[in-house]
Amino acid sequence: MNSFLPWTILLAPLISAVFITLFALRWKAVSSFISIAAVLVSFACSCLIFTQSGIAAAELTWINIGGALKVPLGFTLDQLSKTMLLVVSGVGATIHIYSLGYMRDDEGRSRYFAALSLFMFAMFGIVLANNFVMLFIFWELVGFTSYVLIGHWFFRDAAADAANKAFITTRIGDFGFMIGILMVWMATGSIVFAEITPRMPDLVSHPTFVTIAALLIFCGAVGKSAQFPLHVWLPDAMEGPTPISALIHAATMVAAGVYMLVRVAFVIQASQTALLVVAWIGTITAAMAALIATQQNDIKRILAYSTLSQLGYMVMAVGLASNDAAMFHLFTHAFFKALLFLAAGSIIVMLHHEQNIWKMGGLSRKLPVTFVTFAIGALALIGCPPFSGFFSKDAILALAYERNMPIFTLGLFTAFLTAFYVVRLLVIVFFGDTRSEAARQSKESPLVMTGPLIVLAIFAAVGGFGFFARNFLVLPIEKETGFFVPALAFGALIVGSGLAIGIYRSRASDPIDIEVLRHKFYFDELYAWLINWTHELLARVSAFFDRWIIDTGAVDGSSRGIWGIGALLRLIQLGNLQAYVFLFGLGVIAVIYFAVFR
Amino acid sequence: MSAFLFWIFALLTLIFGAAVILNRNPVASALSLVVSFLGLAALFMSLNAYFIGIIQVLVYTGAVMVLFLFIIMLLDLRAEEGRRINWLASAGGLAVALILLGQIFSVVGHLTIAHQAFPPLPGSTIDDVRNIGAALFGNYNLPFQIVGVLVLVATIGVVLLSKRQPR
Amino acid sequence: MITLGDYLIVSGILFVIGFAGVMLRRNLIIILMSLELMLNAANLSLVAFSRFRVDSTGLPDYDVQVFVFFIITVAAAEVAVGLAILVALYRARQTTDVKDISSLKF
Repeated sequence: MNSFLPWTILLAPLISAVFITLFALRWKAVSSFISIAAVLVSFACSCLIFTQSGIAAAELTWINIGGALKVPLGFTLDQLSKTMLLVVSGVGATIHIYSLGYMRDDEGRSRYFAALSLFMFAMFGIVLANNFVMLFIFWELVGFTSYVLIGHWFFRDAAADAANKAFITTRIGDFGFMIGILMVWMATGSIVFAEITPRMPDLVSHPTFVTIAALLIFCGAVGKSAQFPLHVWLPDAMEGPTPISALIHAATMVAAGVYMLVRVAFVIQASQTALLVVAWIGTITAAMAALIATQQNDIKRILAYSTLSQLGYMVMAVGLASNDAAMFHLFTHAFFKALLFLAAGSIIVMLHHEQNIWKMGGLSRKLPVTFVTFAIGALALIGCPPFSGFFSKDAILALAYERNMPIFTLGLFTAFLTAFYVVRLLVIVFFGDTRSEAARQSKESPLVMTGPLIVLAIFAAVGGFGFFARNFLVLPIEKETGFFVPALAFGALIVGSGLAIGIYRSRASDPIDIEVLRHKFYFDELYAWLINWTHELLARVSAFFDRWIIDTGAVDGSSRGIWGIGALLRLIQLGNLQAYVFLFGLGVIAVIYFAVFR
Repeated sequence: MSAFLFWIFALLTLIFGAAVILNRNPVASALSLVVSFLGLAALFMSLNAYFIGIIQVLVYTGAVMVLFLFIIMLLDLRAEEGRRINWLASAGGLAVALILLGQIFSVVGHLTIAHQAFPPLPGSTIDDVRNIGAALFGNYNLPFQIVGVLVLVATIGVVLLSKRQPR
Repeated sequence: MITLGDYLIVSGILFVIGFAGVMLRRNLIIILMSLELMLNAANLSLVAFSRFRVDSTGLPDYDVQVFVFFIITVAAAEVAVGLAILVALYRARQTTDVKDISSLKF
């Protein structure tokens, strides 16, 4: 019985997705309830697994090629995956319930829930996988379902383009990931995590190989977790429904990258260079995203960039060789970011799909529950004690202070910026005068939407203590530096918040205008130019090849060659009878010579 | 037959054969060819091929050359006037002919049976007409008939080719 | 003593004379007559071999002479047709010069 629990977790959403797609597309209510039931079953099983220990799941062997390549379908059930299962299924369940309210007027509800179930299946697969190939398969599946969900309103060009952008950009990362997997398999002969881990020390003699393999595997995380330079898809992915932004692009899918890095840390930690690269990319992403967020005016975009920034923190922690800090921040971030997105969704729906913060204002009086929960999430995000975000962000900063001073400086600066733009958001949206008609007429959301908000707010508030901290927080370093680092972080927080309140209080429009930040450092323009240039080059090469080598060389060439041979042979037709006889005589002489005299 | 007669007739044949190709006047060429054929008939006789020799005279000199002369007269071909001689072509042609001649001499010279005398015949006279007739109507009847048809076809062809086109 | 080789040499010379005539003369009639010379040279060679090869009864090999008979017959037919063509050509082109009939030149 116990060994079937992991299989149940994995397959319940899959069955739901298949059932909805095949049978229930017409009945929207039925499909939504099937999907919610499936995720609740998974959540229940996750709780069961978490409370028990020593569960071994039955393993299937999928591919076995003469012992050289053995791909099982198996599960890892250690502390890390059990906790991740809880978080994923828990957050997933709340978002499923929230979607009931958010999508109640949508025509495509059935396919939305089918895709959502498929996504849960894929995400559970990533969490439970015990080997690289299975991980990669579910990795790709997660990317695909993300594409489907971002493009849920595919009749809008912006949404369709954003879905394509997300898929293609993550695909680039996945390509590197695949090559990295192949390199690891080539070196160790196996793709199962448990078998590779003891063999890693043997590769110490090939540092370059290990560095390249580690960096390539990191590419997958760069794509999936939207790190620099493949971060361009995440802000555009906000075209999808807000629950999707909450689930996929805040709590789970983008966290899959960090989870994968922690899972295969034994590869990355085998190379110091790779660790350094990972840490710096995380830091750069965090700082860059925070800078861009200070100048954005769409509430979902601001939250998207804050996700990018926090992901940068997590990757930074991985690069500083502390998986526990990264995972801790991942869990707390899952809660408060999902909370923030769902609250933003509540605002958006109540204001009839208005997303520009300058058209909101004074909503603290109109949407009180939303305001309180959003505020709790925001405070957790900026790392204000005693909320959960304070503990996790602080752990990372302490790590950086201990191990890499430049990274710590940038991390602290990013914390300051985070406080700045989050408080800016709070002030503009919830305080001051209501700036538009929609804002004036808004009221609180129904319980089906505020319920999940409250649940998540509780977790965002208390997640830093006790139960969770016991499981993840293993940092003796924090005890050594005492209160110096937390004090610095708190100081950055106060400065940032104060600055934001001072600048943005009672304003009707943004007084600061930094164009570079507003245009997101022109990354989209750069990539568009690059792709254009590559296409142009390829087109020119192909045109040259086609015009000169195929047309002129092969086609014309063969015709002219034949013509030339014909012109040569034509010279034999002299029309002169006696010339023919002469040639005939020559032939006879030659034949006689070769027949008789040789 | 004595060697003397052989060489007389051989030289006759060869000299008048050369005269055929060297004469400018076509009539002279034709008449030289007649003499050449007669010499050849004599050579056939010297080889005890009496039937073939008579046939040579009857058919070749009697019919074929007469036909030649008819045509020359019909077309009223005059002697060729002076014409430009392409010395290069002529030299080339002559060279090919002489090389061929050289090769023939060489082959004949190396042929061992070429230096043997002819075997003697059982009697001084042999009935070769009967023997040829027997072979012709016996073993080679079919080719004989076919050649007959061939001559018929030639006749028909000639008649057709000689028709004047209607104006 | 006359040997087979003498006959063959005579035949060879006659053949080459005929071949030279075909190559070098421009008058079609002369060319046809040279062709006849070549055929007769072949006949002479065949008859010489026929006399040389004597079968069991001591008689010459008459099969070869039958062959010579056929050659003479066919040559006669060929001359007839050839001259008819010549006449037709003369009527059409008013010339018997072989250099003037070169329409098949490229």
